[in-house]
Amino acid sequence: MNIHEYQTKELLRGYGVPVPAGRVAHNVDNAATIAEDLGGERWVVKAQIHAGGRGKGGGVKVANSLDEVRRYTNEMIGTHLVTPQTGPAGRLVQRVLVEQASGIEKEFYLGMVIDRASQRITVIASASGGMNIEEVAKTTPERVIRETVDPAVGLMSFQCRKIAAKIGLRGKQISAATKLMLALYRCFRDKDALLVEINPLAQVNGGELIALDAKMTFDGNALYRHSDITELRDFDEEDPKEVEATGHGLNYIALDGNVGCIVNGAGLAMATMDAISFHKGKPANFLDVGGGASPEKVGNAFRIVLADPNVKIILVNIFAGINRCDWIAEGLVQAMRDLSIDVPIVVRLAGTNVELGAPILEQSGFPFIMADNLDDAATRVMATLGASS
Amino acid sequence: MSVFVHRHSRVVIQGFTGQHATFHAEEAMKNGTTIVGGVTPGKGGQEHLGLPVFDTVHQAVEHTGADVAGIFVPPPFAADAIMEALEAGIAVAVVIADGIPVHDMVQVKRYAKDRNAVIIGPNTPGIITPAACKVGIMPSHIYTPGRIGVVSRSGTLNYEAVQQMSELGMGQSTSVGIGGDPVNGTDFVTVLRAFEEDPDTDAVIMIGEIGGQQEVEAARWARDHMKKPVVGFIAGVSAPPGRRMGHAGAIISGQADTANAKMDIMEELGVHVVRNPALIGATAHRVFSWH
Repeated sequence: MNIHEYQTKELLRGYGVPVPAGRVAHNVDNAATIAEDLGGERWVVKAQIHAGGRGKGGGVKVANSLDEVRRYTNEMIGTHLVTPQTGPAGRLVQRVLVEQASGIEKEFYLGMVIDRASQRITVIASASGGMNIEEVAKTTPERVIRETVDPAVGLMSFQCRKIAAKIGLRGKQISAATKLMLALYRCFRDKDALLVEINPLAQVNGGELIALDAKMTFDGNALYRHSDITELRDFDEEDPKEVEATGHGLNYIALDGNVGCIVNGAGLAMATMDAISFHKGKPANFLDVGGGASPEKVGNAFRIVLADPNVKIILVNIFAGINRCDWIAEGLVQAMRDLSIDVPIVVRLAGTNVELGAPILEQSGFPFIMADNLDDAATRVMATLGASS
Repeated sequence: MSVFVHRHSRVVIQGFTGQHATFHAEEAMKNGTTIVGGVTPGKGGQEHLGLPVFDTVHQAVEHTGADVAGIFVPPPFAADAIMEALEAGIAVAVVIADGIPVHDMVQVKRYAKDRNAVIIGPNTPGIITPAACKVGIMPSHIYTPGRIGVVSRSGTLNYEAVQQMSELGMGQSTSVGIGGDPVNGTDFVTVLRAFEEDPDTDAVIMIGEIGGQQEVEAARWARDHMKKPVVGFIAGVSAPPGRRMGHAGAIISGQADTANAKMDIMEELGVHVVRNPALIGATAHRVFSWH
């Protein structure tokens, strides 16, 4: 789960990570008042959406007067900001973060992540801040510093000093950076984060370190123990169909093809999409109905897949382990009765109770196209699509 | 002999009296598994499915000689349950739970370091040596005894591959689901090593997913250390970058961990790569009959 920059900064401030003075604004007057309260002569107005690359899309502006604060806020709020990460439709900006501008002397990168390779928390730092860290890792890998944390003791001060020295910090900055990293680590651990990125970590006012931008991602599996983080979720930043699917216990991701997919298990769902692609078809979605799929769940899966106007055919591929094919079949028949489904449906059932499931479909009177196995299913999908176009 | 679990394994079920655990314990016993008892804190001294229930894993091991644990407790309590099993001397802990916080698994892996135990999972259908020992939730009837080792991240894709094998008359020595989480107990290399050393395994099918480098590292290890042939598939060729595809581990973060990139490298390293998931069984049949 992601949160907004202003929320991340408030959270980090609470842990003692230095962040610029600033507050979130919902309208122009609000923004001007905040800037006035903050004082100073220059402010930064930052559009609050979850996607990155905001600067490139005009979502980060430096204002040299209160009038400019008003103007930039007015330009951002209510518009769809397009960045390299939003897609062409962009994302609606509903609020901006107004901050005191800092005189940046130098920019660093600081991040923490659960690293799959070491299976531990790894701190990543670089003297090349303000840029895409993946790009830095590709072009100048020697400029990316990695330090793995032993979970038995947590991040140690000596490790922070080592990192600080390696990215070129000197004198008092070393202890300031150590304090900052330890605070960041505490927050990362306490809140079950998967990723935190401070990019840039800036040197300002003759040596001070401050988190100019901050991004944090949390483990959805751990939200049950963090009601404070759960409250920060912004549903406007998520695909409404994916949110609805999650509410029904389904895992749905919209894609841009025309073959709707309803599958159990994430791996098989991906493999089903791959089999369709292998036959030169284009999947319209990823959908995992999960274990224990009830007839209601199957019905909801159909509703969500059919809400996509691009869907011209649906492939149902179920390999039942803890699921039961007869339940799935009942769900399919029920969905045919309840919804006016006018696209062909190819069904492949296997596993637990398949001998009970298949007759339910065959005797239902609905024109299910039955497939024997995965290859047969993909072939029938393509043949049916070809015949109808 | 098979790998990790076999006909002499003595299995204790943690979270024994729960609905799912009960159902799958009964199924496993029908499949020939020796379940010696279970653990449900607070229900020690009772009997369930005709077997003793203990309050702690320690007691269960002491009284039954259990060496394998099937852990069916819910995600919030799973980390504690795994560590309890390891501390009690369990050699193989199979963790079914889907949704364990990843920070918990980081702690568990640290705890398991230097302890001589294998953790299978989490987020796995489990492990099965057909007709000898099943610890998990997979439909046992699709598995048949044989000489091919199967290792996968995904559960249902494992079933898919096994069914394709069975249709062509190929059975399994052991099928291991290592699970779909980014921090998991056992990686592909560990399982490949076990299959290479197992006299009852002739060849291996390895089924991975987008995300991470585990499959590539496993392929590199296989090139350097394995004599037995490996057939491999990576799910997620059609997955969009940056999106999490159901499994917490299945996210493409950079160029090198897309499905195609991984399959290309695996192929260079000598793995017999299958590009169409519908042909995993057929490819294995063709490749393994050469050897």
